Amino acid sequence: MAEVTKEKAAKPQKMADAITASIDPATQEMIARAQKLGVETVFDRAVTMKPCNIGMQGTCCKNCAMGPCRLPLPKAGIEGEDTRKGLCGATANTIAARNFARMVAAGASAHSDHGRSVAEVFLSVARKETEDYKIKDPGKLIAMAPHLGVATTIEKDGEVLDRDLDEIALEVAEKALAEWGKSEGELVYAKRAPQPLYERWKKLGVVPRNIDREIVEIMHRTHMGVDQDYKNLVKQCTRAALADGWGGSMLATDLQDVMFGAPTPLQSEANLGVLKQDHVNIIIHGHEPILSEMIVAAAQSKEMIEYANSKGAKGIQLGGICCTGNEILQRHGVPPAGTFLQQELAIITGACDAMVVDVQCIFQNLANVAKCFHTKLITTHPIARMEQENVLHIEFDEHHAMEDAKRIVKMAIDNFENRGAEVMIPKYKAVQIAGFGVESIEYHLGGTFRGSYYTLNDNIINGRIRGVAGVVGCNNARTKHNEAHIAIVKELIKNDVLVLTTGCNGIACAMEGLLTPETAQVFCGPGLAEVCETVGIPPVLHLGSCVDNSRILLAATEVVKAGGLGNDIQDLPAAGSAPEWMSEKAISIGHYFVTSGVYTVFGYHMPLDGAPVLKDYLYEELEKVYGGMWDCEPDPIKHAHKMIAHIDKKRKALGIDKARERVLMDMADRREMEAK
Amino acid sequence: MSKLVAFAAIQGGYNVVSEVEGLLRNALATYNADTKVEFPNTGYYLPVIYSLLGHKVETLEDLQKPMKFARGLLPPHIKRVNHLPYLGPLLDAGMAAILAYEIREGIRSVTDPDFYFPQEDPDIEAGKIWLGPADDVILRKRGVEFVDGTAPGFAAIVGACPTPEIAKMIVEDYQLKNLYIFCASGHNGTSVIDQLMEAGVQIGWSTRIVPFGPDISSAVFALGFANRAAMAFGGVQPGDYKKILLYNKNRIFAFVNAFGEIGTRWACAAAGCVNWGFPTLADTDVPEILPTGICTYEHVVPNVPHDEICQRSVEVRGLKVHVTEIDIPLSFGPAFEGERVRGKDLYSQCGGGKTQCTELVKMADMKAIDDGKVDIIGPDITDLKEGETFPLGIYIQVAGREMQEDFEPILERQIHHLVNYIQGIMHIGQRDISWIRVSKAAMEKGFSLRHIGVVLHAKFHQDFENILDKVQVTLYTKKADVDKLTERARAEYKHRDERVENMTDEAEEIYYSCTLCQSFAPNHVCTVSPERTGLCGAYNWMDCKASFEINPTGPNQPIEKGECLDPKLGQWKGVNDFVSKASRGNITHYNFYSLVHDPMTTCGCCECIAAMLPACNGVMTVGRDYMGETPCGMKFTTLAGVMGGGQSSPGFVGHSKFNITQRKFIVGDGGLLRVVWMPKVLKEEIKERLMKRGEELGVPDLYDKIADETVGTTEEEILPFLEKVGHPALSMEPLIG
Repeated sequence: MAEVTKEKAAKPQKMADAITASIDPATQEMIARAQKLGVETVFDRAVTMKPCNIGMQGTCCKNCAMGPCRLPLPKAGIEGEDTRKGLCGATANTIAARNFARMVAAGASAHSDHGRSVAEVFLSVARKETEDYKIKDPGKLIAMAPHLGVATTIEKDGEVLDRDLDEIALEVAEKALAEWGKSEGELVYAKRAPQPLYERWKKLGVVPRNIDREIVEIMHRTHMGVDQDYKNLVKQCTRAALADGWGGSMLATDLQDVMFGAPTPLQSEANLGVLKQDHVNIIIHGHEPILSEMIVAAAQSKEMIEYANSKGAKGIQLGGICCTGNEILQRHGVPPAGTFLQQELAIITGACDAMVVDVQCIFQNLANVAKCFHTKLITTHPIARMEQENVLHIEFDEHHAMEDAKRIVKMAIDNFENRGAEVMIPKYKAVQIAGFGVESIEYHLGGTFRGSYYTLNDNIINGRIRGVAGVVGCNNARTKHNEAHIAIVKELIKNDVLVLTTGCNGIACAMEGLLTPETAQVFCGPGLAEVCETVGIPPVLHLGSCVDNSRILLAATEVVKAGGLGNDIQDLPAAGSAPEWMSEKAISIGHYFVTSGVYTVFGYHMPLDGAPVLKDYLYEELEKVYGGMWDCEPDPIKHAHKMIAHIDKKRKALGIDKARERVLMDMADRREMEAK
Repeated sequence: MSKLVAFAAIQGGYNVVSEVEGLLRNALATYNADTKVEFPNTGYYLPVIYSLLGHKVETLEDLQKPMKFARGLLPPHIKRVNHLPYLGPLLDAGMAAILAYEIREGIRSVTDPDFYFPQEDPDIEAGKIWLGPADDVILRKRGVEFVDGTAPGFAAIVGACPTPEIAKMIVEDYQLKNLYIFCASGHNGTSVIDQLMEAGVQIGWSTRIVPFGPDISSAVFALGFANRAAMAFGGVQPGDYKKILLYNKNRIFAFVNAFGEIGTRWACAAAGCVNWGFPTLADTDVPEILPTGICTYEHVVPNVPHDEICQRSVEVRGLKVHVTEIDIPLSFGPAFEGERVRGKDLYSQCGGGKTQCTELVKMADMKAIDDGKVDIIGPDITDLKEGETFPLGIYIQVAGREMQEDFEPILERQIHHLVNYIQGIMHIGQRDISWIRVSKAAMEKGFSLRHIGVVLHAKFHQDFENILDKVQVTLYTKKADVDKLTERARAEYKHRDERVENMTDEAEEIYYSCTLCQSFAPNHVCTVSPERTGLCGAYNWMDCKASFEINPTGPNQPIEKGECLDPKLGQWKGVNDFVSKASRGNITHYNFYSLVHDPMTTCGCCECIAAMLPACNGVMTVGRDYMGETPCGMKFTTLAGVMGGGQSSPGFVGHSKFNITQRKFIVGDGGLLRVVWMPKVLKEEIKERLMKRGEELGVPDLYDKIADETVGTTEEEILPFLEKVGHPALSMEPLIG
């Protein structure tokens, strides 16, 4: 026996196979290097640790101390009555719905708390309490103000005059911040949705009351012994998710644009190859641009560049990871160094002099990896600290933002000389065109004078573009890194579906070179290629970070408004996808897309298999309620074709499934036209 | 590759803007900043700048603002690889060039004021070929043709064809399709206009072939014309650029044909035109832009063979044209209506004081006539020698189940333009004072008088198919027959005139709506009664009635006038209900006989506008062909701008010239006796009827009591005159009570 034990102990630890772990050569190189250096990464842990089977099914309840109660579905399924129940009698549907709801709550709270931070900074800007942040895009402020019920003009002696910008800003800040906790009324941005959609929500009673309340109510309802009707739970998920998409996230996007500028198309690069051997490399990772905007400003300051030079570096190279990366990409062209799953690898290059993080999607293992290199890992947010001793905490405060940012950049520069000999930066990087927003897309569809989503609609109606897909979301170490992202996007564009991307899907597409206009001629169907050629756009448009999924909602609304494709989001030939999701935020996003009328397909798996009735409700019944529904399909090609089938269904309903005939008009036809 | 187009257009935008900036700097260095900049006789300033930016350019200094705006529109250049999106930038660069081109033409009005010959037709002998921007009189006159569909659109042609023959073939094809042809710029030292002159084609507004100017910058006049149409007829407000451009996309069916290599200067102009929804078709190998959206269909179509370009152009623009195919050896269409037959071109003529020429349409019994029969009683023109004259009687008999005697004069009135539509034949006058001139060119092509019959038969059937089944034409060319016909015709005319004269609003229960111009003025609804003809002068009650018979779902619908709500001002419940519905609730009611109280709505097509002159206790009216100042303080074109576009504007009303002498003319405000001023040219035009009506009203010298511009153009100037002659208005009850 002793020998056997010894043999077991001697068995080498299982490690990831670099080639099967990712489709990205830079990632493959870095996994191999990590393994050579004996640094463990998420890829290795994914091999050694299996996911919990009952958790996978969504039917483990640990909401009270009588549990955890585990209700797995037998492999053969259940014939006849489903008698599974927890100690309190909770059914599989109740348990899975509660778990689902708590994911929505967590996701919505992550986005919305991010939004709140932005709104608080904006309030201090409006009150002129900070020097470091300013209103960079007054046009956007004036555009968003009316949606919050803030007047942008005043009447004086019968004359309509422009209202003072400071006054508008202050009222916008106050009104915006009130959205989180006002005691009565409803989420004001809900009315930005197409009218039939808003009215449906109203009729169903799901218009959020305020952002925080809907999340709190989920926590209450999912407490032991409260809401035990899965349909009622899903209804509350809708309120909280809508409060995220049309509330916290949308306000975050709007106010970020006001303070930091609405994005316009720009050129940049992506992947670990953006790091530079002879530069001070600072990785900014996390989600809120409040911090990263200041780091960018500090790193571009003459003072810091000269300081870097004095320390022997040729300059300062910033690189983003996750949505912070997308925020500084879309506004400053700072290249993302990688997706979620590449965060450890950025340090493993040995060239990362500092990694600055704020909130969300940050591996605690970064601290362990950083320990093996010279990299300074700096946490900055009071709500996101790490227990490991090598992690520095420099709390970032908007009133001393620039000061804090410079301190961080200086720390990175000082650390440049501590680099070890074994720097290895993968050569892989790709060019990308990013920075698309609702406003800039409109401009590029016709210029200053004719800019209109109608140009897009017209090409959807004439069939050059089959439909539009939003493909978004995370990476997941349980699936091959970026494989599903890229396969799905390529399959969609091959079938003439224009893709809007955000989050880590955006970075993945950039790394693969899909965000260049030249891509269109290589990967797209002929119709989409022709439109891309005409407008000069990539077939995949990068709309920003995960709170910027609100941009997709508003773009869809603009498409509806431009006419010709029905009068509601659910009428559009469109579908959503999160191929490699892992975060609870993805569930909140998915649910606000579904309840806004979008068919949304997730990859990997959904924790619903243990509760087939709930699953059917989400995958099928919801379409009758909201026009959109959930689905899950791990196979990327099938996944894409489910979306395409839905798009075709909508095209048929709109009567645009056949080739459009050329209509020649005479005077009588012109008289028939509506006055526009 | 759209990218190449973007690259060229943006490059062109920079070149053009920089060049015009230089010209403006020079002009400002040479002339005072307050030197007047203007296009002739227009209320729309530099029309593209005014319509899109709402900016009124009146002096050189005023050009600085749009110049700066154009500079600001210029986007970054396009990179070769990994470029940023370029459709928006490309369109902006095009717009910058268009604005710069208009500024350039504005500067030209200062530096070279006689460069253009601002008339309807060029004076080729004097070398005055280029007409420059159309003034507002031409705009309104020609604009009505765009409104009623006589001209469904225009082809803007730049460059030169490989040969004059090709130029002629293409332009004549557009003429046959009833389009206007706006020409600018040349290529390789010649231009389409030069080529047409060489090929002997008559150019000018009269034949719809408009020589705007020799430079690409003069192409901007076509866009200025289109935008003025949007403001004048569509009621779109200056500065509302989105609406102006969408109006053009949806309602002005224009396109560009580029003949010759497209350099950057043309490319940016073509890109500019895409903002209007006007596509470009070229005979050269330029990159194509096929996807749709900004234009209705394709944006740029290259390599179009010359013999296909006309058909392709109208298809790409999405335009349906109705071409009349008539079996005669000559071309036929409205574009030839304005063509003249000058002395040196004349082969033979009839009427015009030399001989008698008479026209008569009569209803006949179905069995008594043969459809399509054309008889010539006497010698044909082919039997005459060059320079000889002949008498002519055109007698048309028509039959049909829906035919009514009342439609005879309507059909007869068609003879003038239908005969004129024949290429090489000129028709003047009507009834017993007609005059027909036949050119040598027409004779060479094999013209016979028979062809007049063929045309009338074919067109009557085509245009009046619902009321006619048979048309028989007899052409008399022997003096005795013509005199006999003339005598009979005169009795008919008298009978008809009396019938129309005696029709009253009270006696008819049915009025007619007219929404003909809703293709351009989408909110406007005219109502036509026997004593209030349409304000465009083109449609009287009988015309509307016939039009409804011909096309029961067309723009003229019967309205049961219903209960009379106000006999003095002329308001009926049935009319109000109809108008309210047809104007989509914008107009709930109006009066037929008043300009003071809720007058009828007015569109941009009106022939005249009447306005209150409170100090004179009277009313003035001005016709659209009078360009001068008026006592109400506004020129016609300003007035039309203020109150056109389907509004009811108390104090003003649009009306036809004929309406002035109709019994119900502003009778609610005191009638014709209220009229204290009208321009001399209008007074002369309606003199006979005006005098007659004055007599009826007991003021036989009313004609002399109405002031005109020779008396004055302000109320202060004309009031002493009115007092001196004792104008009846002065003793009437106050106009505003």
